[in-house]
Amino acid sequence: MSANTTRTIKVGVLARVEGEGSLRLKIKDDRVLEAKLAIFEPPRFFEAFLRGRAYSEAPDITARICGICPVAYQMSACHAIEDAFGVQVVGPLRDLRRLLYCGEWIESHALHVYMLHAPDFLGYEDAIRMAQDHPEAVKRGLRLKKVGNAIMTLLGGREIHPINVRVGGFYKVPARRELGALIDDVKWALDAALETVRFAATLPFPDFERDYDFVALQHPSEYPLNEGQLGSSNGFGEGKSQISIGEYEQHFTEEHLAHSNALHSVINSRGAYFVGPMARYALNYDVLPPVAQQAASEAGLGRVCRNPFQSIVVRAVELVFACHEALRIMESYETPERPFIEVQPRASSGYGCTEAPRGILYHRYRFDDHGVILDAKIVPPTAQNQKTIERDLFELASRHLDLPKDELQWRCEQAIRNYDPCISCATHFLDLRLEKA
Amino acid sequence: MNSAKVLVAGVGNRFRGDDGAGQAVISELRNWALPAAVELIELSGEGAALMEAWRGYETVILIDAVRSGAEVGTLHRLEAGSQCLPKNFVLFSSHAFGVASAIELARTLGELPAHVIVYGIEGQSFAPGQTLSAAVAAATSMVARRILGDLDVEPAATGRKRSPA
Repeated sequence: MSANTTRTIKVGVLARVEGEGSLRLKIKDDRVLEAKLAIFEPPRFFEAFLRGRAYSEAPDITARICGICPVAYQMSACHAIEDAFGVQVVGPLRDLRRLLYCGEWIESHALHVYMLHAPDFLGYEDAIRMAQDHPEAVKRGLRLKKVGNAIMTLLGGREIHPINVRVGGFYKVPARRELGALIDDVKWALDAALETVRFAATLPFPDFERDYDFVALQHPSEYPLNEGQLGSSNGFGEGKSQISIGEYEQHFTEEHLAHSNALHSVINSRGAYFVGPMARYALNYDVLPPVAQQAASEAGLGRVCRNPFQSIVVRAVELVFACHEALRIMESYETPERPFIEVQPRASSGYGCTEAPRGILYHRYRFDDHGVILDAKIVPPTAQNQKTIERDLFELASRHLDLPKDELQWRCEQAIRNYDPCISCATHFLDLRLEKA
Repeated sequence: MNSAKVLVAGVGNRFRGDDGAGQAVISELRNWALPAAVELIELSGEGAALMEAWRGYETVILIDAVRSGAEVGTLHRLEAGSQCLPKNFVLFSSHAFGVASAIELARTLGELPAHVIVYGIEGQSFAPGQTLSAAVAAATSMVARRILGDLDVEPAATGRKRSPA
């Protein structure tokens, strides 16, 4: 590598991420000048076209933002609306929501671990080539995903874009025997998830750790899906380790940057933060079921994992949790008397935040006294991780400037996939450009 | 067993402009009296769901929007059961693991149905919205008729269940 040169490395289309966008690295001499994650697709106008719609439409409209995590959108919307109208969903309806969410986690995590992420560590271009040498692993991933699908289809009414969720609960709830019919599949899935942790633990990981500001929901007695306070590993100032969901916008700000169509989120006065499996794990290890804790420990994970490449192991541990939780709910389920609780609209504002597979998804709505939406705000997890991904890329490239261009590029693409970015939510599409002029 | 059955899958997203082409074809086919062995389904194009959907079928007909650089509305027809998809044949998908990947992965795992016919309709705009480009809308009717031919359904003989909108 000669001195006094500016190199700009560009990569065309970034593979194995949901959506469309690009990354550009600018390197001068032996220094990385910039690492920018750019998102080309026009920003989404969901927040705008929610205005004037009835509160009851928000769960189904926002579910359309993402084909991979529609449940997350429905859940955050429902919780925000119920918060506004002063309603709390408890008991079996709350359990069913958790079960639906488990289905989405299982589906999403199995896809990412086996189809999108594992090929990086095993040196394959994609899952198709990986399947030639590791057909059993790929089949296990597909079957796990199918179990997630089955849960979502049962509770959501169909596989994609579930239509059975409504404010206050569900349109229709399953009979006990309908859930019972899935129990054997979920038992298989729990074993497969444990096998997934063992599989992920054997992968070779680059030595890369950073001191992240982890942000996730925290709940005193359960690993969070739908409910909790927001926690941060670095706190929120004035000795506060947690804030309520309603305080989110006092502590987090979205910035619009010229190079990306997706807004960048920052935690006020500190900057980048990290949401998703590693954040949830770090902030909620104590409430993981023992079977998941044990799997983590056998995989060599401590109570906190700071190597984003190892997020694949953490995701596998969360698969164990999701299968275990699904099984617990299915085995103890009693059909509720009514599929939903009535809500009474009123002029108000409400806040909701739930744990999408990729991290916290925040919704805020303001309603008139008929429940018509006056304005809405939606902050998806990938937008919140954007800045952290850029920092990772900057660090990683700085440490590996001596690598040949192809390898550096490959390493950077992996660093993005560590986050399972769902650019579809943040806006759409990713294509990676590593520029070395 | 579904072995004698035919799956016709419209793939895409009705809310992403021309990406709704595959589902539009399915809507059109629903207007016809089809043999009982024919199953119509609409899918998002997420690969694993697709592999699950065609499991056990001997014949699957997929309809999807395509970006290959051809003129908008151009109709592509490929027999994917016996040959790999050409590299420039990009089935439009915002999914990380999409239709083309599902076909090739299933082939690798020995799980691809024996007969796979892919109809690709060259799209133009994939921006959010529910409108098909005029040339794409015209192509969807043509594809529906081609599929009726694949299924040995004589449009004139069977007649429509009802007039399409």
